[in-house]
Amino acid sequence: MADQKASTSIEAVESGLAAQGYIASRQIATAVYLSQQIEKPILVEGPAGVGKTELAKAIAAWRGMKMIRLQCYEGLDEAKALYEWKYAKQLLYTQILKDKLGEVLGGAQTLHAALDQLHDFGDVFFSKEFVEPRPLLQALEQPGGCVLLIDEIDKSDAEFESLLLEILSDFQVTIPELGTVSAITPPTVILTSNSERDLGDALKRRCLHLHIGFPEQRLEERIVESRVPGISQTLRRQMVGFIHEIRSLDLKKLPSVSETIDWARVLVLLQAAELDTEIVKDTLNVLLKYEADIEAAAPQVTTFIARAARSNVFG
Amino acid sequence: MRENLHRFFRAARGVGVHVSPAESIDAMRAVAQVGIADRAVLRDALLLTLAKSQDEKLALGDCFDLFFSQPEPRQERPESVDQDTSQEAEQAPSSGAASEADGGSPQQEQLGPLAQMLLSQDRNTIAAAIASASGAASLSDIRYSTQRGIFSSRILEAMGLQRLRDDLDELTATNPALAERLRAALDALREAVRDTVSQGLALYAREEAENLRNEILRNAPLARIERRQVAEMRALIRQIARRLRERYSKPRKRQRRGHLDVRRTLRRNAAWGGVPFLTAWKRKHRDRPKIVALCDVSGSVAQVSDFFLLLIHSLHEVVDDVRSFAFSSHLIEVSEILESKSPEEAMSEIMSKVGFGSSDYGSSLVDFEKEFMSTLTPQTTVIVLGDARSNNLDPRADILRRISERSKRLVWLNPEGRLAWGFGDSEMPRYATFCSVVRQCATAQQLERAVSDIVAPYQ
Repeated sequence: MADQKASTSIEAVESGLAAQGYIASRQIATAVYLSQQIEKPILVEGPAGVGKTELAKAIAAWRGMKMIRLQCYEGLDEAKALYEWKYAKQLLYTQILKDKLGEVLGGAQTLHAALDQLHDFGDVFFSKEFVEPRPLLQALEQPGGCVLLIDEIDKSDAEFESLLLEILSDFQVTIPELGTVSAITPPTVILTSNSERDLGDALKRRCLHLHIGFPEQRLEERIVESRVPGISQTLRRQMVGFIHEIRSLDLKKLPSVSETIDWARVLVLLQAAELDTEIVKDTLNVLLKYEADIEAAAPQVTTFIARAARSNVFG
Repeated sequence: MRENLHRFFRAARGVGVHVSPAESIDAMRAVAQVGIADRAVLRDALLLTLAKSQDEKLALGDCFDLFFSQPEPRQERPESVDQDTSQEAEQAPSSGAASEADGGSPQQEQLGPLAQMLLSQDRNTIAAAIASASGAASLSDIRYSTQRGIFSSRILEAMGLQRLRDDLDELTATNPALAERLRAALDALREAVRDTVSQGLALYAREEAENLRNEILRNAPLARIERRQVAEMRALIRQIARRLRERYSKPRKRQRRGHLDVRRTLRRNAAWGGVPFLTAWKRKHRDRPKIVALCDVSGSVAQVSDFFLLLIHSLHEVVDDVRSFAFSSHLIEVSEILESKSPEEAMSEIMSKVGFGSSDYGSSLVDFEKEFMSTLTPQTTVIVLGDARSNNLDPRADILRRISERSKRLVWLNPEGRLAWGFGDSEMPRYATFCSVVRQCATAQQLERAVSDIVAPYQ
């Protein structure tokens, strides 16, 4: 019974994401379902442009939650990711309150009494009002929950990973002056990585590890169908077949799903009915991002088109 | 099911997937959520929670398929029992012993549980019995292929083989046809158990066997390695490279607490009128190692140089800049060949260019000084790999002195043992005076240590 419930829920995830224009494979849907059930972040790895960031957006749109995005880069630190004290506001308030301070302390006879009175106000300047919440803290403070996207975690420094550990495992952060802030509703956390460097084991251990590769031909066709509705079925098949042929080449950067979608849009704009050598050669720069890659692929174009067309007939 | 999952975790550790207790708890929770009915979903759930990289996913996927394919060979087995017995059953009436078959049933009740189970031909019961018996015999402790026999007999023992033997003895006297059937079923059972044990060996013992083989390989002299082991050695070297990368690629910047960077502090606090709320501290930037490697590729040293070059060139993340030179009688730069080609191709190209000469350290050093001396900077570590046997030609140790003066460190790795240095045509003692470090480097283990020592001072 539990099993049946699970598989229907996984299908529900799949169709929910599909409604947002994100065609998920079974594995992705399982990951999303599990992360919700056992409250674990998902670490998504894979080549650029296969829809890692899109997944987070689709989940947010599907569940109708706010998406908070933290883009990682080298040198990102807790002041930019977690929280910061509003120094200027603190400074301003101390200036304004200077006069009030005289009044408050006026009644005190001795230095000790004044100090005691001061201690009562001591923490005023390190209270919630003076904290500037950055994405991670914002995510914890959303009453209705949210999708927290930590993008390209591999770009950040190794120290930043350790900063994330507390928030990933317990959904809380500790601010020394204020204490521990726990999430009102645990956010759905998605981390993405291009595997530019190996992430630490401690971080990986806290996450579900999902690898998104290039999709199968059928799946990619469905993705194009949902993203570029104006494209005809024959052209769609042909172009996806062509891209799969291109991916078999040894290139510097293989075209990924985002390039497929861009290309489909371009072909629709150019009102191409089907692929031919001319149009492919003219638009190859949409697919391939390096001059060397274009040069390597150009001589093969005719063969690939023929092959894509043939598989189209039999497929 | 929990028992099964625990065994799966052990098997997963066997294929090299690191499964910590916390991860196994997560996997348990995930499985509790998705259930076990749909195998594809179960597989996805386990891959998501346990595997932490693409390689691990592949390994774990294979392991999953192997692990959960277990019931199938068992199902085939009783089928053959089926065939055997059905043949028997066909033969039985033809021999006119139908009455015997009828009379067999009260006799069956006197038999032991195992015999009854075998005769009833209930596949699922037999499979379950084998599984629980392998649990009792702690099959997951199997480590070496030589243990196969003992585990098979332990499992059969746990299933009640003793009682079955007694039954058989009895039956041969009273009911030969039934005894024959039982014997055939027993043979089939033996086979099924043997398969189970083989599978257990494949699942649980892989790690141990691999460790053992690697341990032997690590300490084998590189120069005298057999041809069939070269591929394994390459894999081992790649493993070493990965380990070194993980260890040394991380911290390059280190904060120097206490040294205020005044300029950056002022700039950062400009918004608050120069009141220093945020402080910036000076950082010490650490250089990544720059390495110039000179490798002797003559005769017996060639193989060691091969592995050394492979290792050094797979350390991109750790080492900023490697330039490699190969020599026997003269010297050429080989960095490009090594970068652009596969290890096998690169090595054969290098050998065809400079290999197979008698080594002449003097003229090779002259070559280096003439063309490449400018590559040396005060940050460079120079590594010379060779046996320093120069066929009694002029060793030109003066050039080595100049190299050592221009560079940060000069490390000499010699595949020969210390005892051989200085005997025959070995010029090692003369060269050694100009080297910062001289080490013996004949096995993979020594190679790892040598490279690790070269990279470590840059951290």
